[in-house]
Amino acid sequence: MNETKEQPQNEPELKINLGGIILNSPILAASGPLGYGHEYRELINFDAFGGIIVKGISLEPWSGNPPPRLAETASGMLNAVGLQNPGLVQFMEKDLPLLRDAGPKLIVNIIGCTPDQYTGVASRLDRAGGIDGLEINISCPNIKAGGMAFGTDPRSTYRVVSAVRRKTKLPLLVKLSPNVTDISIIARAAEEGGADAISLINTLSGMLIDIDQKKPLLGNTFGGLSGPAIMPVALRMVWQVAGEVKIPILGMGGINSADDALQFIMAGARAVALGTGLFYNPGLAESIKTGLVKYMRKNNINTLGQIEGIAR
Amino acid sequence: MRVTLYAPDIAREAYPGQFVHIFMPPEHRDHMLPRPFSIFGTNRHTGELAVLFEIVGRGTALLAGTDPGSSWRLLGPLGRGFPVLQPGSLLVAGGMGIAPLAFLAASTTIPRTLIYGARTADQLVCPRENLELPGLTVYEVTDDGSRGEKGTAVDLFSRLVEGAGAVFACGPRPMLAAVRSISNRAGIEAWISVEERMACGIGACLGCVVPADGGYKQVCRDGPVFRAGEVIIDE
Repeated sequence: MNETKEQPQNEPELKINLGGIILNSPILAASGPLGYGHEYRELINFDAFGGIIVKGISLEPWSGNPPPRLAETASGMLNAVGLQNPGLVQFMEKDLPLLRDAGPKLIVNIIGCTPDQYTGVASRLDRAGGIDGLEINISCPNIKAGGMAFGTDPRSTYRVVSAVRRKTKLPLLVKLSPNVTDISIIARAAEEGGADAISLINTLSGMLIDIDQKKPLLGNTFGGLSGPAIMPVALRMVWQVAGEVKIPILGMGGINSADDALQFIMAGARAVALGTGLFYNPGLAESIKTGLVKYMRKNNINTLGQIEGIAR
Repeated sequence: MRVTLYAPDIAREAYPGQFVHIFMPPEHRDHMLPRPFSIFGTNRHTGELAVLFEIVGRGTALLAGTDPGSSWRLLGPLGRGFPVLQPGSLLVAGGMGIAPLAFLAASTTIPRTLIYGARTADQLVCPRENLELPGLTVYEVTDDGSRGEKGTAVDLFSRLVEGAGAVFACGPRPMLAAVRSISNRAGIEAWISVEERMACGIGACLGCVVPADGGYKQVCRDGPVFRAGEVIIDE
């Protein structure tokens, strides 16, 4: 407090524009760990979040993968929940009314196995009201293309993004999978398809073996690696994509502190999302927000735009 | 290994079968996930809560090695526990499954029976004084006969189940599967506490599930205690 008296300055501005969504804070909750937010709202203050990205919603309910679905790993975890969700109808009737007044902006992650399933969800949510944006999860298996993820092929990426684009005026984020040879090609396809922002990264594919059972540990054999273990990989991919697209980037992958968040912003991210870090510290958004403000004050930074991509 | 924590809010609210999430200390935050522990007992007057566990990994090793007086972050009480005991209830504990059942056994003085089994005597880790309770009959059983009867908790359960008021069980999956099917055949209501790898602990992340008719139930929120017929436990 004494420092600010010596150097009078404006309160640092955390407000940002993420592809047309105005957020009061650059810290979002990534799709997944918080589910639909109801349980965490009883546990933590949502004010530090600029936005909440709710867990993936498909046209019909998905039952998810058989257990075990989780395993802790060195500085991270593997999960193979399998996008279990109650489906669009139940989400709109039961979850959405409770989320509309949650405070942070509401972004809904959408999933499907065919372009029609994605557009079906998008067009219904477009008319639902109270939703500030959609995030397309293109890591889903593309059933028509033999189960390969939409997000591993630029043509499939373009096809699904442009199809959803035609069905909604809502700001559109596209969440990229890191399990590709060159993520910047996929990012460009998403931008050309009409994305307003790019979210990256989703989890890295991995597995573990239970040596007593002599079998894969996860019920689904493969799972997604998340947590601090993947942070440098995510940061590198944000850096690469920031050099390829003009639309803003929502960076995520193992963010665990304000220092981590600042690194993503300096690599070129407009905003950051928290996932696995919330399991260790449900109040992580609050502490990152405090850390960002402290850093900005100390370095005489008034807006995050001043440091976005500054390390490049 | 038994650790007692001062957590008055949790101790006041908790009932048998519920659990607490224990978070790793900041210097070990490379272990991201909180660890779920069944509540072994509470003292509402002193505000204390006890957990009973064996060292199975890094988290339990850290907790076991903690210095008296150190602070740990806790979240709880979590989950749905056991219903209130009826006279003639039969409790079946396998190994560390004793933790929630010792708490349940201590919740009343009505006549009730506990079967407590493990592979060997040294795996019967629950202190004897925790099971010396008015109205409680205890049968110990070990695979090698090193303490109590020789055999398994399921062997003993098959003999004692007839006429039981209700069954309450916690232990390894094969034991739960056997208790479930034997109770079902005997037409006796059974409640089982299920263990699963967990992340959020509050029902949000859908990480800890157990198969059920028509999908999955969440262990942390719908359980960990389930009516035996609610869930599918493979033998």
